[in-house]
Amino acid sequence: MRKLPAINQQTTSKPDSVVGKPTPHESAVLHMSGRAHYVDDITTPNNCLHAYVGMAQVASGEVKNQDLSAVESAVGVVDVITAADIPGQVDIGPVFAGDPLLVEQHITYFGQPLFAVAATSRDAARKACLLGQANIEPSPASLTLAQAQSSNKQVRPSHSLVKGNSRQGLANAPHQLTIKQQVGGQEHFYLEGQVSLATPQDNGGVLIHSSSQHPSEVQKLVAEVLALPMHKVVVDMRRMGGGFGGKETQAAQWACLAALLAVRNQKAVKLRLSRSDDMALTGKRHPFVNQAQVGFDADGQIQALNADLHGLCGCSPDLSDAIVDRAMFHTDNAYYLPNATIAGHRWFQNTASNTAYRGFGGPQGMMLAEQMLDDVARAVGKDPLLVRQQNLYDNHERNITPYHQTVTGVDLPRIIDELVVSSDYWARRQAITSYNNSARAQGGRYARGLALTPVKFGISFTAMFLNQAGALVHIYTDGTVQVSHGGTEMGQGLYTKIGQIVAAELGLPLAAIEVTSTRTDKVPNTSPTAASSGTDLNGQAARNAALTIKQRLIDLLVQEHDVEAAEIEFNAGLVTWADQSMTFAELVQHAYMQRISLSSTGYYRTPKIHYNREQAKGNPFFYYSCGASVSEVEVDTYTGVYTVSRVDILHDVGESINPAIDIGQIEGGFIQGMGWLTTEELVWGDDGRLQTNGGASYKIPAVGDTPKQFNVALLQDSKNQEATIYHSKAVGEPPFMHGISVWSALRDAIWQAGGETVNPQLDTPATPERVLWALQAGSCTP
Amino acid sequence: MLTLNINGKDVEIKVDTDTPLLWAIREEVGLTGTKFGCGIGQCGACTVLVNGKPLRSCSAPATAMSGTQIETIESLAADGHFNTIQQAWLELDVPQCGYCQSGQIMVATAIVNQALAGQRPSPEKIKQQMNNICRCGTYNRIRPAMERALDLAYDTNKEA
Repeated sequence: MRKLPAINQQTTSKPDSVVGKPTPHESAVLHMSGRAHYVDDITTPNNCLHAYVGMAQVASGEVKNQDLSAVESAVGVVDVITAADIPGQVDIGPVFAGDPLLVEQHITYFGQPLFAVAATSRDAARKACLLGQANIEPSPASLTLAQAQSSNKQVRPSHSLVKGNSRQGLANAPHQLTIKQQVGGQEHFYLEGQVSLATPQDNGGVLIHSSSQHPSEVQKLVAEVLALPMHKVVVDMRRMGGGFGGKETQAAQWACLAALLAVRNQKAVKLRLSRSDDMALTGKRHPFVNQAQVGFDADGQIQALNADLHGLCGCSPDLSDAIVDRAMFHTDNAYYLPNATIAGHRWFQNTASNTAYRGFGGPQGMMLAEQMLDDVARAVGKDPLLVRQQNLYDNHERNITPYHQTVTGVDLPRIIDELVVSSDYWARRQAITSYNNSARAQGGRYARGLALTPVKFGISFTAMFLNQAGALVHIYTDGTVQVSHGGTEMGQGLYTKIGQIVAAELGLPLAAIEVTSTRTDKVPNTSPTAASSGTDLNGQAARNAALTIKQRLIDLLVQEHDVEAAEIEFNAGLVTWADQSMTFAELVQHAYMQRISLSSTGYYRTPKIHYNREQAKGNPFFYYSCGASVSEVEVDTYTGVYTVSRVDILHDVGESINPAIDIGQIEGGFIQGMGWLTTEELVWGDDGRLQTNGGASYKIPAVGDTPKQFNVALLQDSKNQEATIYHSKAVGEPPFMHGISVWSALRDAIWQAGGETVNPQLDTPATPERVLWALQAGSCTP
Repeated sequence: MLTLNINGKDVEIKVDTDTPLLWAIREEVGLTGTKFGCGIGQCGACTVLVNGKPLRSCSAPATAMSGTQIETIESLAADGHFNTIQQAWLELDVPQCGYCQSGQIMVATAIVNQALAGQRPSPEKIKQQMNNICRCGTYNRIRPAMERALDLAYDTNKEA
């Protein structure tokens, strides 16, 4: 530029850093005025086409041939494609093969896309898709664990963690018990469904707006499907209307189909699934069947665990290897197991391939731990809280996990002690016991239950290479800043925190920082925004990029003035040293005139982690994120209907970058976890068709399901002992598992309603129906 | 041709007899603040006000709306100032992903308008009316934000 812009950048009188402040979500104003653009809100190019898919009406079979002539001649149809029209790779499996973009021959789940249509309107495309005639030879569908076991069909081999000698430990233990629990799956129900808009480019490539947690993988898969080099494909993602893991791999298919149709027709193509098809065609949280033998002493001290976790993976590997591994890594939850053998199995079903969902298998493994602690407590006649406390990892001697990582920095004894006080646990325990005793004596209708459960969640991707991130920072000559990074925004507040971090490092007000949409042409080769890692990884990368430019500015000042680098401060929009100062924008303009680069990339990789899967030994986690919750429930013993009357959560996020956002994650994570274990039930028909394919048949929590009293607090004076970004801790997934305390409180209520005679078997979701069955099994219904 | 009155302005659009109001608003009028969530009137992301009452626009034909006053999220801060509900939502930092929030705010607007015309609703009543789904689980903030919005609305009303 020939003439620099006028400087009107504001300085602020507020000297404090913006980090650690409850600043609102960066898009809050846009969200609340309807001006925030999601993919379906982007103005489409002229003559945009709309795509949809034709779906198989069997769960298992072979396609002999398809007659699509009626589809091709339907009103508005412009193009119809089958697998044979894919110029490049047909399989879009993220890690292992098994996910064809369109069926070539083998149908593996009900609704699997057989062909795709582009038409002049979405209605025309959907109607045309119903006209396809497929000649299919059906075969029996395998839908249950028993069916998969009888044919020994797994999508990936079983794997085990072994520590000590669990067989010997069980034999030597004074007491043993067995556990069998069924843990249900979960539909993501992101309110914004799967959607992609692909626009052809004049270089033969394509630009894709995809509601995806993993733009780089969408880019790579689109390139492979189209047989294009990756540099011809750009993926752009500004914000999702919810992800929760459901857009980590599941967004790719729709992006690839839109891109293929866009390039073939040289017109923009949008593909947006209807809710019922979104639910039927995309994978969910894995249902699990957990079985175990536990050995313990008369005091309730656990001596040995022998566990088998059976993950129901659906029709392909997708991410199931890592998901079942993470379930295994969390079967101990917060408890020290002297001897443990934990096997994880990955069973095939003729259903859509199950996938990532907040917690990534961790919650399913943790469910076994929490049933174990309740069952052991009842067996030895102690309050479950005491048995939980005495079995916690202690950071000193009882500190080796079943995967041989040494536990450090886990402050659960303190967290539980503080929560016991703030929730008034013991007084309420006494009150509930006497309420239940008198209710039972007088034939009362209601029973109450109380439970405290901890969460210890390992932070880092267990696939080592994913623990890296990049960022790109530009400073413009008016002193404003753009930052791009590899993470995606799905409501978790990542962009807000990235803005706070860059503002803090450059000493600028938040308004000076613009966090741009996540684009594969700005920051390449990114990892998915998953595993709670978004801020840990991308925050460090953004900070490193900002620090690189800041160092150049400092070097310039040191070169030109009689000043030491350490004396220069960037704060509140000013750069000061000794008795001198200038605005940040003045310094930037000066640096530009002196030909100093005002742009930099930043990079980060997580230190210290390593894991040898063959030996099942190592440190897969950089650190643990911990918390605990207390839930109280009231159960109608006539009907099984219940309410959650009070919930208290204390959670450790280290030094919070943004307490408002962190508390929001904890509140929302709990609600979602509670929904998973209480009301959200997935039902498939015998033909493999998903029956619960909409909001009318699949019940997610609403405002009326929120606990009457709901107190959430952050652990004070806490600091991540590891050198994470400002010593904060990841917060996306861990609070989800606080929902387990509701399930545990329900079992407590049922146990007490039955006069503490029958240890309740309560599979999940613990719908009123299942609660009633458990009450009946304990002979505690009239 | 169908004439709809949206946010105080008459607009002429061409739609099929069964086109839901949501798609008329989003695709024919071009107001994208109203969202598609479930398509069967369950989640409430598509809520607009019709003659002041909340309506799930995904499940109502546009052709049935002729002669009504339709208000969408875009009408609320048209003068650049947030209404009391939006102010309360901002104070309580309610939205996470934000996708359901325009629907939530439209329902809340109807509740506040009703309250100003009559009695302040009880928390139990609000719970029944405020039944839009938020998958991020922001309910622990929606509840106090609703009370705060009512406080602000009564204050503003008194001043006026």
